[in-house]
Amino acid sequence: MSKRRVVVTGLGTINPLGNNVEDTWENLVNGVSGIDSITSFDTSNLPVTFAGEVKNFDANEYMGKQHARKLDRSGHLSIYATEEALKDARLDNQERLGPNVGIVFGTGIGGIGATEDAVRTFDERGPSRVNPLAITQLMPNSSTGQVAIKFGIEGPSVTITTACAASANAVGEAKNMIENGIVDIVVTGGTESGTTPMTIAAFAQIRALSTQNDNPKEACKPFDKNRDGFVMGEGSTVLILESEESAKSRDAEIYAYIDGYGSTTDAYHITAPAEGGAGAVKAMEKAIEDAGITPSDIDYINAHGTSTPANDKNETEAIKTVLGEEASEVVISSTKSMTGHLLGGGGAFESMASILSIKHSKVPPTINLNDPDEECDLNYTPNNAVDLSIKTAMSNSFGFGGHNAVLVFKKS
Amino acid sequence: MEVNEVFEKVKNLFVEELGIDAEKVTMEAKLEEDLEIDSLGIVEVVMAFEDEFGIEIDDEELTDVGTVGQAVNLLHSKL
Repeated sequence: MSKRRVVVTGLGTINPLGNNVEDTWENLVNGVSGIDSITSFDTSNLPVTFAGEVKNFDANEYMGKQHARKLDRSGHLSIYATEEALKDARLDNQERLGPNVGIVFGTGIGGIGATEDAVRTFDERGPSRVNPLAITQLMPNSSTGQVAIKFGIEGPSVTITTACAASANAVGEAKNMIENGIVDIVVTGGTESGTTPMTIAAFAQIRALSTQNDNPKEACKPFDKNRDGFVMGEGSTVLILESEESAKSRDAEIYAYIDGYGSTTDAYHITAPAEGGAGAVKAMEKAIEDAGITPSDIDYINAHGTSTPANDKNETEAIKTVLGEEASEVVISSTKSMTGHLLGGGGAFESMASILSIKHSKVPPTINLNDPDEECDLNYTPNNAVDLSIKTAMSNSFGFGGHNAVLVFKKS
Repeated sequence: MEVNEVFEKVKNLFVEELGIDAEKVTMEAKLEEDLEIDSLGIVEVVMAFEDEFGIEIDDEELTDVGTVGQAVNLLHSKL
């Protein structure tokens, strides 16, 4: 049996650049940074004091205090982004989505904020005062379950935790689910709200974070010689994936095809990428093969581009290995330069950015790229968006643990 | 403490701590059906009562508590 083709029919997002798709896209193509000094907690004793935070969002106002207090912030963001995506796909007119709809969600660290709060209460007030909602807020599948409850999703549900590749893996596995005829529609994407004093401290301990506290908006500079680490970010992005026949039968607007998914593992080191990005190379090759294209068909690559010294160098090398001579031609950018690193929510956000690039024939820039590193010598679309007719876009995501997930989107 | 004083304190807890609409909190209101306090929520409610009134409530004492009024009477009897 031949595989069914999968399309994207809805997008929803809440992230440091905007609380809807339109604002986010406008800020992306205008090169606006969503990164700033942290406002949600006191950073005075921390080595890093800035991040990409979601702004102007009050969960109590959005869903009512009685409901909001049952969820961790990552859950609030998930429900918000899902509601946006379902509206966009015109699937918001039913009480329950039912058994023909599945959900595959990615997150890196789930409700880490709830974990920290519960431990603090335990230490200060003892076991009998620990929040009875702590478990249901902190478990990594909390968002998956809460979104399913809210929208009545009764098909398969899967939560993927492959760190910074989590929501790219989620989108890929959702594609497989539809291709294989398990369900016709999958709500997929990811969420992260893991910027806490403890995670900042711990990421800083392994020298993963930029420490340019004096200049938050210019701190994230992927592929630049002076890059010094990634910037924490939070947000949720949701895509509605659907079989082409299902979308056409209900006259849904189709954003793009999702034709390729490659997933590999470095099996090398828990944080460092394999030499030359060997695992990333194989994931890109698998995704290209799955999409039935050749490397030269790729017009745009939304890079993982974290702004860490190791990622950007190895990803560059990996792209060169996969594309050969074409590498110098392909247009690349890192939208993380504007959002910061959305961790488990990153792959879904960057899938959205790739899809919107196809739709609008425009590539968002890599901002803060002023002093190119000689080891990063490809076209990363520095500082200004470019117009480009895109037939095929590829999105790279790599995670601690050695997880590599690559997606290929095609114009519909 | 009079029963109506206990009720006012309970009502205040439900509204301020749990975010429940004030007009829903009556003596007759059913915890689960009317106030949407589920099995996880009831543990929070008990914790809030214990902190507010400085008492301890055993799980067995809750067996017959289904309405706000029953909760108020239980609390009143323990003060």
